Amino acid sequence: MREWADFTIEEAGGRLTVAISGPLRVSSIGKLDPQLRAIEEPVQTVDLSEVTEVDTVGAWVVQRFVDAHNAVVVGASEQADVLMEAVRETQTSADVKPPRLPFFTRVPEFTGEKVVHWFQGVYSTIAFLGAVIAAMFGTIRHPRRFRGKALVRQMELVGVSSLPIIGLMSFLIGIVIAQQGAVQLQQFGAETLTVNLVGRITMRELGVLMTAIMVAGRSGSAFAAQIGTMKLTEEIDAMRTIGVSPAEALVLPRILAAVLMMPLLGFFSSVVAIIGGAVIGDVMLGIPFLTFLARIQEVVPLHDFYVGMVKAPVFGLIVAISGCYQGMQVKGNAEEVGLRTTQAVVQAIFMVIVLDAFFAVFFTEIGWG
Amino acid sequence: MSEEDIVTPAPADAEDLPETERFEGKYPIRIRGLRNAFGDQVVHEGLDLDVRRGEILGVVGGSGTGKSVLMRSIIGLQVPDEGTIEVFGHDITDAEPDEVIGVRNRWGVLFQGGALFSTLTVAENVQVPLKQFYPELSQELLDEIARYKVVFTGLPETATSKYPSELSGGMRKRAGLARALALDPELLFLDEPTAGLDPIGAAKFDDLTRELTNRLGLTVFLITHDLDTLYAICDRVAVLADHKVVAVGTIPELLESGHPWIEEYFKGPRARAAQGTFEAAKAQGTAAAGKHLDNTDPQGS
Repeated sequence: MREWADFTIEEAGGRLTVAISGPLRVSSIGKLDPQLRAIEEPVQTVDLSEVTEVDTVGAWVVQRFVDAHNAVVVGASEQADVLMEAVRETQTSADVKPPRLPFFTRVPEFTGEKVVHWFQGVYSTIAFLGAVIAAMFGTIRHPRRFRGKALVRQMELVGVSSLPIIGLMSFLIGIVIAQQGAVQLQQFGAETLTVNLVGRITMRELGVLMTAIMVAGRSGSAFAAQIGTMKLTEEIDAMRTIGVSPAEALVLPRILAAVLMMPLLGFFSSVVAIIGGAVIGDVMLGIPFLTFLARIQEVVPLHDFYVGMVKAPVFGLIVAISGCYQGMQVKGNAEEVGLRTTQAVVQAIFMVIVLDAFFAVFFTEIGWG
Repeated sequence: MSEEDIVTPAPADAEDLPETERFEGKYPIRIRGLRNAFGDQVVHEGLDLDVRRGEILGVVGGSGTGKSVLMRSIIGLQVPDEGTIEVFGHDITDAEPDEVIGVRNRWGVLFQGGALFSTLTVAENVQVPLKQFYPELSQELLDEIARYKVVFTGLPETATSKYPSELSGGMRKRAGLARALALDPELLFLDEPTAGLDPIGAAKFDDLTRELTNRLGLTVFLITHDLDTLYAICDRVAVLADHKVVAVGTIPELLESGHPWIEEYFKGPRARAAQGTFEAAKAQGTAAAGKHLDNTDPQGS
């Protein structure tokens, strides 16, 4: 149990004396301070002769009380004198937080800030794209500056190391589509059409789309966090001063890796999903595994494959650009890295889905239905 | 890390805090047979060190001799492989959790980069340890404490409402010091406090350290490479080399030890320049430094 500082009020000839006793330390002042603040009558003397120990917080509390009442201190120890003198020199009334504006100023300011930020965002996106394109032409003109090792490393991270998780996801999606589709198609006695359903939907849509979402979560977020942290630790600035362009050294390999790996991952995903469907076909519908695979060849037109492969690199580009862009926008503190990483993923997935809808309409219109 | 992570206090009930008398013993820090190793790389081996109450102990050593690891061991961030570390008489190497709490609120640490919480203002940074250990303090008092601590460390008062990213490196160090001093600690750890400061700022920081030690009766464990700091404010200097403390004492005493690294360190051109400046300042009587040393007995507060 802690010993708290305490006080008594004595009155002598119309003059009030506050006598404080016990240790005046940060650990024991908590109860005394509000009581002292509550005293409204003018106090002439503060008696510190019963005080055992003082630290700066205790000295501050007494000093503030003394100043508020214009009182005189008696019985202070040598150390109490020194500390009270020290805190007296440092009195200030500065704000603890940046001042908060009144409501009617704050709302328009907030709105205006958002609008300006939006325009700045558009501007800096264009500037970023410009830098990437410039870096691309730079490396085409000076192929020696191209970072092959970084590209291979990123291809490994984006592509090879995500094979297990994408494979598992696709296999399960294939199973779900085949199983749910079969239940509905059985009502028309058309359960053999499950092959068409699985084959076409995975090749055309789901294989690439789900892969893009997985890559956005796995690699897009990693891009944003890595580059953002490098920005905070001034690594990016260091690169610039050495004459290394961050767009060439960091952004380009990542974008290229994503663009190159997405078609491969998307195709891999479609194939595994079809295998998942074939397993369900064998178990639930009595279509032999190999017959299922052979039927795929007959019912899935080649242009379905093309549709998927055209979309895949575009999705990869979007995921990588949004990750790298958000990473480069980090400034200030650690919280910003988290915020930007979240934004990179959300933005990438949103853009991918919007574009996917556009592609769906477009390819049907040109006759690849 | 968001603001809420840090500001919302989840302290052990304030009443549970053990009563902490000021430490009256001779040695606030006692280290015996300390061993620290990372894999095959041995940092410390059989390291002994006593820090006397009321002194400023400078810790020097070449890069990679484990100065920061030593500090991290003492403040419990690095669990040593062997040896005992006593802080305020509590063995913190295998102490009960609540015993460690009784120690943690009595020291302050200034990390190399300041290590301020980036989502809080300077004043809020100072309030974090106060709220953590003493939730009974009113917000009004907390604000007042934060203000005078900030000004106390030589920051302009406008700095209280600023975020760490808006401060210069030297200001961040001072803000870090303000947070280290928030609980009025008896023991202060400073990790390279003057590194990266301009000479004027560094000299002011030295004066501040000396003044705080005198006024508040602090014991200071100071890691530094700054020879000016060593000459100007350190009562004793501990030299880390060959995995242990090879010598502790005043600078003249160290020179008598004859260890080659010490010779090189204190007799190099930079050391002579620092010594020259210090002695010239002392001759003019302007040096705030050079408190008379009583080597037989620690200096109390």
